[in-house]
Amino acid sequence: MSDTIILPKSDRDAHDIAHLQLVPRRHLGRKISAAIVLLLVALLIRAFVIGEIEWGVVGQFLFAPVILKGIWNTLLMTVCAMSLGIFLGVVIAIMRISGNPVLEKIALVYIWIFRGAPALLQLLLWFNLALIFPTMGIPGLFQVDTVDIMTPFVAAMLGLGIQQGAYTSEVVRSGLLSVDSGQYEAAQTIGMTSMQTLRRVVLPQAMRVMVPPVGNEVISMVKLTSLASVIQYSEILHNAQVIYYANTRVLELLMVASFWYLVIVTVLSLIQARIERYYARGTRGRTTL
Amino acid sequence: MSGEILVKAVDVCKSFGGFKALDNVSLEVRKGEVCCIIGPSGSGKSTFLRCINLLERIDSGAIWANGELIGYRREGDRLHEMSDAEIARQRRGIGMVFQRFNLFPHKTALENVIEGPVQVLRENPKAAREHALELLARVGLADKCGNYPAELSGGQQQRVAIARALGMRPSLILFDEPTSALDPELVAEVLEVMNDLAGSGMTMIVVTHEMGFARNVSNNVAFMDGGKLIEYGPSERVLTRPDNPRTADFLRAVQR
Repeated sequence: MSDTIILPKSDRDAHDIAHLQLVPRRHLGRKISAAIVLLLVALLIRAFVIGEIEWGVVGQFLFAPVILKGIWNTLLMTVCAMSLGIFLGVVIAIMRISGNPVLEKIALVYIWIFRGAPALLQLLLWFNLALIFPTMGIPGLFQVDTVDIMTPFVAAMLGLGIQQGAYTSEVVRSGLLSVDSGQYEAAQTIGMTSMQTLRRVVLPQAMRVMVPPVGNEVISMVKLTSLASVIQYSEILHNAQVIYYANTRVLELLMVASFWYLVIVTVLSLIQARIERYYARGTRGRTTL
Repeated sequence: MSGEILVKAVDVCKSFGGFKALDNVSLEVRKGEVCCIIGPSGSGKSTFLRCINLLERIDSGAIWANGELIGYRREGDRLHEMSDAEIARQRRGIGMVFQRFNLFPHKTALENVIEGPVQVLRENPKAAREHALELLARVGLADKCGNYPAELSGGQQQRVAIARALGMRPSLILFDEPTSALDPELVAEVLEVMNDLAGSGMTMIVVTHEMGFARNVSNNVAFMDGGKLIEYGPSERVLTRPDNPRTADFLRAVQR
């Protein structure tokens, strides 16, 4: 084998080679592929610029009061539905790991039903609840017409929030399970009750695992609220539609709506990054492989 | 040692599935005493320790600590299982130090020590802080109180864990192999803190493989094997002239 190894002929040779200038690899393939992709992007932008969209109209409606009202309603629905979803998610997750067989089964059935049926279908069900229960209330105390209560807002919040709870409960459960059992024991040995252990020791650590997926779910909730346009909740998409039914500028108004969804999602992503940093305290902040 | 009895276990049995982890274990520890429990792994030492503060539930027998029956309330000739809150109250007086430290990673060293006194004992946060700083100084970590556990060495983390246990002003501290997860060069600093603690009159039950600590610091040594308490007596005698041949075999094996 030794004759296949090519060593410098002398120490002097070796020394000369060791001090030659280093030339980095040129990555020709990377440059070519980048150029091709940039060209395609440029063509796409050009297509939109010369296409049948009147950008002036887009600009005109970008800050229209109806659109701004829609943004507010979208944000409001995102916050309300997501809060309900997270609350239900925590409750269902705790039920699933409670050790109480009845609560565990009920939690599983909840997840099975509300994760199983399409979100749009659930919205329609809540909105049309009056067809099943014309009135609601406690017999002898009070009674109201379901139609009066089930406004588009309430129906959308219940529909979106309850189905979200089914997904979020799985995120919460995996977060709770990610905390080492030694943490429960350490909390117990300093005399904490189960609730204190959960609140002071386990949940703060579980948050670190839960924030990225919950952030994802908030972002998908922003977009899911557009489904509420179907039951006449006046969020961004619904209001954009109201305008284009009147002026037939369909594409322009869809552009306006997409612009605002992108803005909201961008802002939320920035907030998520900050929250992640907060819950990563005490860990050697590893964010990459 | 003729103080009052602080821990008393009578005929304690515990099984995991079909495996008998504790088989009629009886033991007494007096106030101010240091008791080391030694024995091969799987002999039930840690399980016994964990039964004392109810991290494990016993199948039969009884354990008293701090003058109370642990985990049960007697009504007539029946023993009723205690509620979560009652068990939590009993655990307050019993500190525990784990093999793997189990510090709260999202809290600094100081916050780890303060957590119990403020949240559980409802101590004034300022007073709890003062006390915690004293305790951290006592374990030699006055300069590390702002550090998170991940920034500390294993030996430092274990010393914070001891300070955390002391923060609850316990009358008894259980040590579950406190030096077994440490790099060899870090063992001494933890044993030194435990040595000081023993000197200050703290009652300690220590599951350990450190024969030097058992010999020099503890008053009594218990040898367990196969879930049974094989031999129990003054450390000097048990470690040098054991009565039971199994104790002798074990000691020969670990001292080789």
